[in-house]
Amino acid sequence: MQSKKIGKQTINYLHPVSIVSFASIVGPKEGQGPLGSSFDYILADNLDGEKSWEKTEQKMLEHSLALALAKKNYLPKDLDYFLAGDLLNQIVCSNFTARAIGIPFLGLYGACSTLVEGLVLGSILIDGGYGSRVGVASSSHHETAERQLRFPTELGVQRTMTAQWTVTGSGAYILEDSPNGADIVITQGIIGKVIDLGQANAMDMGAAMAPAAADTITQYFKDTGRNPEDFDLIITGDLGNIGRVLCQQLVLQSGYDISKKYSDCGVLIYDPAQDTHAGGSGCGCSASVLAGYLLPQIIEGKLRNLFLVGTGALLSPTSTQQGETIPCIAHGIVIQGNR
Amino acid sequence: MFENIFNAFLIGGIICVIGQLIMDLTPFVITPAHVLVGYVTSGGIISAVGLYEPLIKFGGAGAVIPLSGFGHSLAQGAIEGAKTKGLLGAIGGGFEATAVGIVAAILLGLSMATIFNPKG
Amino acid sequence: MELKIIEKRVKERQRELLEIKKFNDTEIQLINEELQKDYQKLIFFESRENDEAARLNIKDLRSKVIEQQDLVKKYLQIRYARLVNKSAPKIPVLKNALAAFFVGGTICVIGQIILNVIVINGVPNKEATTITLMVMVFISALLTGMGIYDEIGRFGGAGSIIPITGFANSIVSPALEYKREGYVYGVGAKVFTIAGPVLLYGSLMSVIIGLVFFIIK
Repeated sequence: MQSKKIGKQTINYLHPVSIVSFASIVGPKEGQGPLGSSFDYILADNLDGEKSWEKTEQKMLEHSLALALAKKNYLPKDLDYFLAGDLLNQIVCSNFTARAIGIPFLGLYGACSTLVEGLVLGSILIDGGYGSRVGVASSSHHETAERQLRFPTELGVQRTMTAQWTVTGSGAYILEDSPNGADIVITQGIIGKVIDLGQANAMDMGAAMAPAAADTITQYFKDTGRNPEDFDLIITGDLGNIGRVLCQQLVLQSGYDISKKYSDCGVLIYDPAQDTHAGGSGCGCSASVLAGYLLPQIIEGKLRNLFLVGTGALLSPTSTQQGETIPCIAHGIVIQGNR
Repeated sequence: MFENIFNAFLIGGIICVIGQLIMDLTPFVITPAHVLVGYVTSGGIISAVGLYEPLIKFGGAGAVIPLSGFGHSLAQGAIEGAKTKGLLGAIGGGFEATAVGIVAAILLGLSMATIFNPKG
Repeated sequence: MELKIIEKRVKERQRELLEIKKFNDTEIQLINEELQKDYQKLIFFESRENDEAARLNIKDLRSKVIEQQDLVKKYLQIRYARLVNKSAPKIPVLKNALAAFFVGGTICVIGQIILNVIVINGVPNKEATTITLMVMVFISALLTGMGIYDEIGRFGGAGSIIPITGFANSIVSPALEYKREGYVYGVGAKVFTIAGPVLLYGSLMSVIIGLVFFIIK
């Protein structure tokens, strides 16, 4: 009998879990980026007609779920569960969205790894037979994150070269139990460990998160016996330019060369000319890039499979001020195309 | 007339460059709050030993406008107060000298918050 | 019995760890796992032990394990920090310094021009300086409200933080930002987030200097 768990950390889904629908929304800056044309909807400005940025982010999350549902002519009540998370204190955007749609809800927090955490858990629910349709979503908003984690947005500060730009964006996914021939199938997942190699600079999250991503990637290859050549694309969530290089080096030190297959959502979403310094970050980064850019390529058959590793820095402004180092986590998911 | 404008540019620029180099070349994460606190206190101390007054004589606004100039006013106010009013003057003199600027900044903060919305 | 084995293992490990640099990643990971296991076992033994002296003994052993864990952790952290430093992007020191000089200098020039105009109109120097500062604060507050000052700051760095305009920006920007949380707990409470420390340490400095001059007078 095939096992549902391989090695130390890898989950093997025995029943095919398919992503039947997905939608992405981004802010204006992301809309001007290199992937701008691939997103479903681009906000007019960072408020998009709402009274506060928090409200905008919540509407964005709700709207992306509605879009994903609408693509399959579903209603919220057709979902068995809703799994979501964001970066705001007490994940209010997700909570308020769950209040609006009124279906059983699990709120998740994994910082920027939240989306992958949701996809892993949603697939477990379906594979285990506890439901047949699960909605997964996550969002982030540049201004809400900035004012909560860093400085007031109108304060004249110079961003450091290692700083990453929190993506304004959200992505929503509908997972379904589909026995025969779906376009996009989630075959495996991996749940990461919290790793902390003593980085304490909150302006350099990429360097803090890279060891966690590297640990999850190597652990996956060790668990499954697969190697980087088996994938068309290995992509991390939001390590940015600096973390990407570090992660690649760390994985190489463990004996796997991923350089030919490796990319990062935070690097893809912005053009270097957009002055974001080290690239994008935030829950919305991998959420919008996966829905807007990667999954369409799988449907078209340009990519046969990919290994998405969501990375999260589990810090708070308080822990940073108290001089704590940054614990980080990375979860992974293997997505397979049918063509 | 034009000479004092040039001097203001020179002194103001140099004072700011020192701050920038401290931010860029030290391994610590230095926020605007750290810079401002550092400049006010060090400006006050330099002033107390009598070295800031000559800087203002030469640089004019170039030495007054950086926040070290604010520290200078605080320090000179306290020294002045200590000389003329004794103990109470030593305690309150600094704020007496700078009260106008502080109150103006706070109330402008309130009025700008009422008029404008943050743009991000 | 098992306790003896752990004790021996800890001692052996102490020797091994002296040459931690020779181990490769897999070996270090194994040591880490071993340490974790030992630690958990020791906690278990410690909680079951009734004899006070024996318990202290186990506790002692456990603190040794913690020390070893810290040692391995420190080693890994230092090694990673080296890697991070190597791949850290270069800070454009010269460009930043020139930008700070230009922006800071320009702000001071504007101040000097205002000061000159006021002095020409016959206002005494001291009052003229105060008025100049107020005008600068007003200009900065207005630019902050219009969302321009943060753009200047992104370019000018310290050049726009250090002048009094930066101080005004640090008061106006949180006031503006937290308006949506209300006028008491939002604007009222947050207005001093950055200016508060400045005023606190400014007054501390001022009072100390005042007292010194009061005493030596």
